[in-house]
Amino acid sequence: MDFLRPTTLDEALAAKAERPGAVPIAGGTDVMVELNFDHRRPEALLDLTGVGELAEWSRSSGSDGEIRLGAGVPYTRVITELGGRLPGLAMASRTVGSPQIRNRGTVGGNLGSASPAGDTHPVLLVTGARVEVASVRGTRLIPATEFYTGVKRNALAPDELVTAVHLPEATGPQQFAKVGTRNAMVIAVCSFALALDPDRAAARAAIGSAAPTPRRAVAAERFLAEELPWGTPGPLRDSLKRRFGELVAEATEPIDDVRGTAAYRRHALAVLARRTLTWAWNDQQERSPSCA
Amino acid sequence: MRSDEPMGGFADDALVPADGEHGAEAFMPTRRTVLVSAGAAAAVTVAAGKGAGGAAWASAAGDTRVRTVGAGESVEVALSVNGQRRTVTVEPRVTLLDALRERLGLTGTKKGCDRGECGACTVLVGGERIKSCLTLAVMRQGAEVTTVEGLASGDELHPVQEAFIRHDAFQCGGCTPGQIMSAVACIDEGHTGSDAEIREWMSGNLCRCAAYQNIVAAVQDAADAGKKVRR
Ligand SMILES: Cc1cc2nc3c(=O)[nH]c(=O)nc-3n(C[C@H](O)[C@H](O)[C@H](O)COP(=O)(O)OP(=O)(O)OC[C@H]3O[C@@H](n4cnc5c(N)ncnc54)[C@H](O)[C@@H]3O)c2cc1C
Ligand code: FES
Ligand code: FES
Repeated sequence: MDFLRPTTLDEALAAKAERPGAVPIAGGTDVMVELNFDHRRPEALLDLTGVGELAEWSRSSGSDGEIRLGAGVPYTRVITELGGRLPGLAMASRTVGSPQIRNRGTVGGNLGSASPAGDTHPVLLVTGARVEVASVRGTRLIPATEFYTGVKRNALAPDELVTAVHLPEATGPQQFAKVGTRNAMVIAVCSFALALDPDRAAARAAIGSAAPTPRRAVAAERFLAEELPWGTPGPLRDSLKRRFGELVAEATEPIDDVRGTAAYRRHALAVLARRTLTWAWNDQQERSPSCA
Repeated sequence: MRSDEPMGGFADDALVPADGEHGAEAFMPTRRTVLVSAGAAAAVTVAAGKGAGGAAWASAAGDTRVRTVGAGESVEVALSVNGQRRTVTVEPRVTLLDALRERLGLTGTKKGCDRGECGACTVLVGGERIKSCLTLAVMRQGAEVTTVEGLASGDELHPVQEAFIRHDAFQCGGCTPGQIMSAVACIDEGHTGSDAEIREWMSGNLCRCAAYQNIVAAVQDAADAGKKVRR
């Protein structure tokens, strides 16, 4: 196994073009497990930790702020530096692994692995994030909805690297919830993200770990767009929340595995959907007492 | 990796510490082995970078070729371990954990799972807690590493070590070095507001003997002691 240590993005892209078989390593929290257990014997490792450009985030100057989050920014920094602007992503980041994992693990690595159970994916889907990928051929932005192509598969070409994720700043409440076998350090049995967009009277919902890829629950989103009583103060009707939960459960395509059965996942997602909708709606009511 | 693939060659070159001394700042390898991959190019010598300590892979200005260590080859990794400059010669696939234990003889750091789940291998790198089984030594070139061996000063134990003893926060001790390193960081990060907070922020460290109750008490105690000292 060769070890390649670029120090600039140009070097990294040149190396990836020359050796498409080289496996990128950022935080290493997925790659190292595969190496230590010989599940993977890459011909080369491409160490991205020396590439400063990947470890930065910035905010676009426009009024509707967009965050460009470098692929190599670890979760700990997402939480402490971007918790206010990207609340959904920060919530998901807080649930990843343990403090030690969060000090190293990155959103770029989560995208590289593209596990259906990766915690950031549902949030990237509901926030309308775009994944910035680059190669010596150029840069392109892939909507998160088009990034996940199969179980642990993504839209990257062999010579491409994830360089950043572009996320609009939150305009309304965002929620992320996951079910695991204990409170910390667990891979999700299933997970759910929700984002309310009061400006457009719309909402987005997405599920994790309950289908071959993370995916949006489109019918559930449409239902919320039609039914959410934006102008009316007070809590949501139980029947609305229940129907939303059912529609989310219908969007799944879960399997039985060591972490849980398909039936449990469907049930748990309906519960997560109802709860997060309640939290988000209450949050929304507190934010806008005038129009409530 | 095929061994017949055209690779660059090895270049040995002597680096002179930036300020000519071996002080803490002069943290540079005196000798290193670098393989430059330039497609089918032959051996290329990479000029040593001057500049910041630990920049062992620096290339000549304008050289955009990526520094490479070839398959089966070793590279010298210079580390500051517990304040001392140490150098290990390792193959790229050697983890920081194995480098510490097997090359530097620092066996205080334990290997429980080798997959990031147990926390027994927790060390501080640049002051941050990480799992040393999930990082390659070669990725930590120039890093400052603190292991459990580096906490005490002489015979005087670190307050967290003392608190673990006072609270009987272990049985077999297998997880203890990792728990202690994680606790040092947890206190430093300020995540000790309540038992629940400590439990959450110590969740990356498992204890097969289930000494959790006492571990939480020890972390709380050490955090409180630290506050008193600081005031
Ligand atoms: C104990 C433990 C607990 C965990 N818990 C969770 C959890 O709760 N939730 C969760 O989602 N994940 C969890 N994980 C998995 C892992 O931490 C995350 O997927 C993390 O985001 C990976 O990031 P990384 O930087 O460490 O990736 P790496 O391991 O460095 O890389 C992961 C993959 O992405 C590729 N890659 C990395 N960077 C790039 C890039 N810039 N461009 C292209 N490809 C790239 C790599 O080649 C590799 O295939 C856990 C892992 C461990 C060991
Ligand atoms: S040995 Fe590293 S976490 Fe278990
Ligand atoms: S004391 Fe035995 S594993 Fe923790």
